[in-house]
Amino acid sequence: MAVENPVTAPSGDQTRIHNIGYRTYDGPRLGRSYATRSLYSQSLRGAYGLGRSVKSKVLPMLLFVVMCVPAAIMVAVAVATKANDLPVDYTRYAIIMQAVISLYVASQAPQSVSRDLRFKTVPLYFSRPIETADYVRAKYAALASAMFILTAAPLIVLYVGALLAKLDFADQTKGFGQGLVSVALLSLLFAGIGLVIAAVTPRRGFGIAAVIAVLTISYGAVSTVQAIADAQGSSGAIPWIGLFSPVTLIDGLQSAFLGASSAFPGAVGPSSGEGVVYVLAVLGLIAACYGLLMRRYKKVGL
Amino acid sequence: MVRVTTVDDVTVIATESLSKRFPRVTALDRLSLDVGAGVTGLVGANGAGKSTMIKILLGLSPASEGRAEVLGLDVATKGAAIRERVGYMPEHDCLPPDVSATEFVVHMARMSGLPPTAARERTADTLRHVGLYEERYRPIGGYSTGMKQRVKLAQALVHDPQLVFLDEPTNGLDPVGRDDMLGLIRRIYTDFGISVLVTSHLLGELERTCDHVVVIDGGKLLRSSSTTDFTQTTTTLAVEVTDSDEHPDGTRAVREALHARGVEALDSQSGLPGAGHILLLTAQGEETYDLVRDVVADLGLGLVRMEQRRHHISEVFTNEDEQRKEAVGHGS
Repeated sequence: MAVENPVTAPSGDQTRIHNIGYRTYDGPRLGRSYATRSLYSQSLRGAYGLGRSVKSKVLPMLLFVVMCVPAAIMVAVAVATKANDLPVDYTRYAIIMQAVISLYVASQAPQSVSRDLRFKTVPLYFSRPIETADYVRAKYAALASAMFILTAAPLIVLYVGALLAKLDFADQTKGFGQGLVSVALLSLLFAGIGLVIAAVTPRRGFGIAAVIAVLTISYGAVSTVQAIADAQGSSGAIPWIGLFSPVTLIDGLQSAFLGASSAFPGAVGPSSGEGVVYVLAVLGLIAACYGLLMRRYKKVGL
Repeated sequence: MVRVTTVDDVTVIATESLSKRFPRVTALDRLSLDVGAGVTGLVGANGAGKSTMIKILLGLSPASEGRAEVLGLDVATKGAAIRERVGYMPEHDCLPPDVSATEFVVHMARMSGLPPTAARERTADTLRHVGLYEERYRPIGGYSTGMKQRVKLAQALVHDPQLVFLDEPTNGLDPVGRDDMLGLIRRIYTDFGISVLVTSHLLGELERTCDHVVVIDGGKLLRSSSTTDFTQTTTTLAVEVTDSDEHPDGTRAVREALHARGVEALDSQSGLPGAGHILLLTAQGEETYDLVRDVVADLGLGLVRMEQRRHHISEVFTNEDEQRKEAVGHGS
C-alpha cells in the first residue's frame, strides 16, 4: 500500500489547500531597545484595556471620563458666566480628583505587573533580548505615561476652554505649564508607589487593596494630624507633616514652586526652604521605587 | 565529547567543566558537553540540573565555574545576542488567560525584535505549523492543555530561532497529545531546520525523537550518546495478539512459533496488568518487526498491538556501569 504517492496534485482540483511549508525569517531583528519599546507600548495600551477584553476596558475608560467631566463642566460654567478666571487652578485639579487617580493606579498597577507574575509570563520576557532593567523601565514608563494621560487630559480641557472663554492667554499658559509639571511628577510618584506594591504580590486583589490602602490611609492620617496641629496653633509643623503622604507631597511641592495655593489646613504651604525638602523627598521616592523594582525583578528570574 | 565530528556537524552548544553551586546545593558539577545540530534530549530526574543548565545557556544565570558557548557565543558576555537567536519554552504555565493566542504570540515576536508586520505574519505561520487554527482568536483561558502547550511552543519558534530549548514539553499531556508533541519536535529540526534541546525525565520518549541523548544526574554527566546505537541495544517490543478457535492461547502460540524461528521472548514481568497477554521481546532491528508480523499472520491471529516499550530513566541508573563502558567506547 501507498507505494508511490503522486507528487503533483491531480489537475482540475482547484480547491486544494497548499501547505507552503516552513518559511525562514531573514528580515531585520531590531534588538533590545525595540523590544523594550514594544513592551512599553503594549503596557501603555493595556493600562487603558486596549488589546485586552472588553471587561478590562470598562474601569480605566470610566475613570478617564470621570476625570474629564468636571473639567468640562467648569469650562462650561466659566464660558457661560463670562468669568475672569477658571473656578479651579490647573495645579489644584489633580488634588481635588485624587480619589479617582488613586483608584486608577490601584487598578492598573497590579494589572501591569501582577499578571505577569501570576501567570509566570516574566520568564518569557527574560528569555528574550531584554534585561531586567529594560523590563522595569518599560513597565514604569508605561504606567507613568498612562497616569500622565489621565491627569493631563482634564488640564487640556481646562486650557482649551479657558482660551475659548478668552481668558488671559499668558496667565492661562503659565498656569497650564505649571499644572503639567505638577501632574508629571504626580504620575511618576504614584506609578512608582503603585508598581512597587503590586510587584510584591502575584494576586491582583491584594495589589489593588494594598495600593488603595497606602494612598488613602497615608493621606487620611497626614490630613488628620495636620488638622490637629492647625487646631493647636502649631502651624509650623504642618508642612513637615505633609512629607508623609504622596498627595500632600505633591501639594506641598507645587505650592512652594509652582504657584499653587495649598490645600493644607490654614492654607499654609511650605516655604521655599521647606519646598526644597519636598522636591528631594519626591525625587528620592521616585528613585527608591525604581531601585526597589530593580531589586525585586533581579530575584524573579526563570 | 561523545559525538563523532563530521563535516556538517556544527557545534550548537558547548560547555567546559560547567559548574553551578548554590549555597546549599551543587546544581551542575563540572559538566562538559558538546552538542551538535539536530534534536538533543537532556534527560535527568527532577532536580538533576536540567533547568539550571538552560538558565545558564540563556545567559540569565552566571556559572560558578567553567564556561559555555551557545551558537558560538559566550553565555557570560553575549547573553542578549544568544537570546535573540534562541527560543525558550518553559516547563510551567506561562500564558495569560485573557488574551488570544494570536495577540500573545505577536507580542512575544515583537519582544524578540521582529518588526510589527513580520511579527503578525510569522505568528500566523507559526500557529499553523504547531496546529492551531480557528481557535487562535479565542482567549487562551479556554484552551486544553495540549493547545496551551502548542501556544507555548509557538512563542518559542515565532522569531525563527536557530535553536530552541524545550523544557519538559510533554508534561501533562495524554498519550496522543504526547505523540503529537514528539512528532512536532521532530519536525522542528527536519522541516524547520531548527536545532532542539529538549528536556524530559522520560528516557523512552526521547529515544524515538532525538538524534542524541544526554543523561545527567545530580549535575554530573552520566552518559552522552547518539540514539541510533543506543536504541538498538535496548529496544523492547511489546506484542499483543488475539486468540482464535484454532489457537485458544494466541500469546503462547506466537511465543512458540517465534521460539521455532530462533527468537526468544523475554519473561513477561508478572504483576504487570495484562502481562499474560503481552509478549515482550528484544528487537534486533527491522527484521524482528517483519518476523513478528509474518508469524502472527501465519497463525491467523489478529495483531492487537506491537509497540516499543518506553524506558524509564531508572533503567539508565541500573545499567550505569555497562553504559559507562559504552560511553567510553564512543568517546573521542
